[in-house]
Amino acid sequence: MNRTTVPPPVVLFSPDRMRQAHRSVAKRHMVERGFRWFCLAIASSSVLLLCIFLGAILYQGLPTLSLGFLTHPPSPNAQEAGFHPAILGTVWLLVLVVFFSLPMGVATAILLEEFQPRPPIFRRLLDFVQANITNLAGVPSVVYGIVGLTAFVSMFQMFGGAMNPALEWGVIYYDQFFNEADQVLLVPISGPNAPYVEPEAGMQALTPEGQTVTVHTIGLDAPWPQDPALSQRTLRTNAMSGRINERTWYYVRIPFGRGVLAGALTLMLVILPIVIISAQEALRAVPNSLREAALGLGATRWKVVRRVTLPAALPGIMTGAILAMSRAIGEAAPLLMIAGIVFISNPPSNLMDDFTAMPLQIFNWAQRPQREFHDIAASGIITLLAVLLCFNGVAVFIRQKLHKPLS
Amino acid sequence: MEHAHPDAGVSPAKLLERRNRLRSHRTQRIKESGIVSSLISATVFSVLVTLSIIFILGVETTHFFLQEEASLGEFFGQTRWNPLLGSEKHFGIWPLVCGTFLVAGIALLVAVPMGLATAIYLSEYANPRVRAGLKPALEILAGIPTVVYGFFALILLTPSLKMLHEGFGSYNALAAGMAVGILILPTISSLSEDALRAVPQSLRDGVYGLGGTQFDAATKVVFPAALSGIVSAILLAAARAIGETMIVALAAGSTPKLTLDVREEIQTMTGFMVQMALGDVSNFGVEYFSMYAVAATLFVITFALTIIGAIIRKRYREVYE
Repeated sequence: MNRTTVPPPVVLFSPDRMRQAHRSVAKRHMVERGFRWFCLAIASSSVLLLCIFLGAILYQGLPTLSLGFLTHPPSPNAQEAGFHPAILGTVWLLVLVVFFSLPMGVATAILLEEFQPRPPIFRRLLDFVQANITNLAGVPSVVYGIVGLTAFVSMFQMFGGAMNPALEWGVIYYDQFFNEADQVLLVPISGPNAPYVEPEAGMQALTPEGQTVTVHTIGLDAPWPQDPALSQRTLRTNAMSGRINERTWYYVRIPFGRGVLAGALTLMLVILPIVIISAQEALRAVPNSLREAALGLGATRWKVVRRVTLPAALPGIMTGAILAMSRAIGEAAPLLMIAGIVFISNPPSNLMDDFTAMPLQIFNWAQRPQREFHDIAASGIITLLAVLLCFNGVAVFIRQKLHKPLS
Repeated sequence: MEHAHPDAGVSPAKLLERRNRLRSHRTQRIKESGIVSSLISATVFSVLVTLSIIFILGVETTHFFLQEEASLGEFFGQTRWNPLLGSEKHFGIWPLVCGTFLVAGIALLVAVPMGLATAIYLSEYANPRVRAGLKPALEILAGIPTVVYGFFALILLTPSLKMLHEGFGSYNALAAGMAVGILILPTISSLSEDALRAVPQSLRDGVYGLGGTQFDAATKVVFPAALSGIVSAILLAAARAIGETMIVALAAGSTPKLTLDVREEIQTMTGFMVQMALGDVSNFGVEYFSMYAVAATLFVITFALTIIGAIIRKRYREVYE
């Protein structure tokens, strides 16, 4: 009896173990602190990058940024070159893109968010559409450019080329004569492929001032009439004409050619997925209780959307739309495929007119080897970034001011 | 017995109102079905866009392979891309693919470590004040047009690289790749941050309760839990890097080469398309159609990356209640 076995005492706190544990804790805290500082350094390097970036561009571009730069057309001489047609080209594109993509995008978002159908087949169909939109957002913009080249610029070569379009509205073709009194006489013709007009007596012609005159013809060797009024409307019978056309502001042709409309439609394809996704997010943020209350009062699904969901989601939709538009303003690759780099000295005057846009003009200047062109490219970038900053400012303002918490 | 008409005794004004209400009900229903069908047609349009992309690229690529100078075997079997110059035209896609992946690889090498560190800092460490400073900076970086990044690479990065090492050309893959990396950095950091933030706080608390540090929580628990979201963010960013056009058009050059030397001038798939758009190439030549073949290749690659990203995000997501 009385044999008590005493277990060996468990050494919880030996100086050795304490030291070991202490070291490991200290080490772990050091790792912790080091990691924290490492992450902070990396994270703030993006701010640093942004500063370097903006600093370099301001340093290079500010000296050449002036009112003249904003109001002059581009020029082969860097000192005189301006940004005016590019700015107006971007405005044209933007208006058209808003017109096309906003209704389309919001309508799609409403269908996907607010009209979830009950039958599983339709539901699966909408899931497919949703996945498709996500994938469209990932397609490189240059691919949209090349698709636009086929679909809008040449329209699958089905309707002839842009120089010889199959259908045209809003254009008048003239055969233009110069006579020896330096008077221009215009004879309207039916189309670009009409036979050339031969001068004949009694033919009606227009002066550039818009007066209608009756053409008087004389032979090859006949003396030129002395009477000034008669001399103005006289043509020799062998006079040759040149073909010109006058396009109205509503000029439309099919295929569209490399015009503003083709560019805007292509940009619309690029930003449509972005508009849809952001509108969906805005609609999703509207609390369900609002919808249920409206439905409970007997509203139809569309009335719920029209009177409750859409007004509540409007600030969110607007914010998303503005951000999508600022993406469209900066997008260069698809426009480059559509418009190429051509010398444009006038802003577009109709939907089919050749155009350039701010990022395109910047690319045009930046790719040249001369340093002076790099300077004005930097000035162009400052202008572009200022516009984008305004857009983002408006978006933030809308988000802050109009957004009422609903739940 | 006389059956009273249900409307008997109701005033004519009331009857008229009731009839009008019924009618307006009917017009309302017609109006609504009209609205719904217009919503449906807008939705169908987005599907049509995809179909027409596939159709157009498919048809024009087939056109390309039907030309005498081009063949499918050459396209995938040859290592020379030389459609414009020289007496003999070569259409082997690999130099362009190589250039594209070289630039995208450099971009990912820059953007993945930076983006992940930024995301971890923003989600695990940053206090609201630092966040309020960092987030807008990243948003501004994300909003800068790509042509501006191209200018940056050409004007600032390339001269700096030339100063560091003499072997760099005026156009080189490294400057373009770094600029693309800065471009996709906000994509990676903001999507990864979303993924990290979606991990519930209780998991972190568990680590702290076991005596772990924030470092332990971030690297051993939160990061693995958010891995599917992070990988899909990286794939999305890779797709953007591969499809990026303006930076490579400005800074990477226009010589298709099968090389991994980052100092050399290369050409990417997108760069080739821009070169074709800038040049006056006839609308029917084999080189014009080669542009569509390249675009189709690019489309397939980016589409695959987007889809794989979506699958990873969906299938491997860890859900915590």
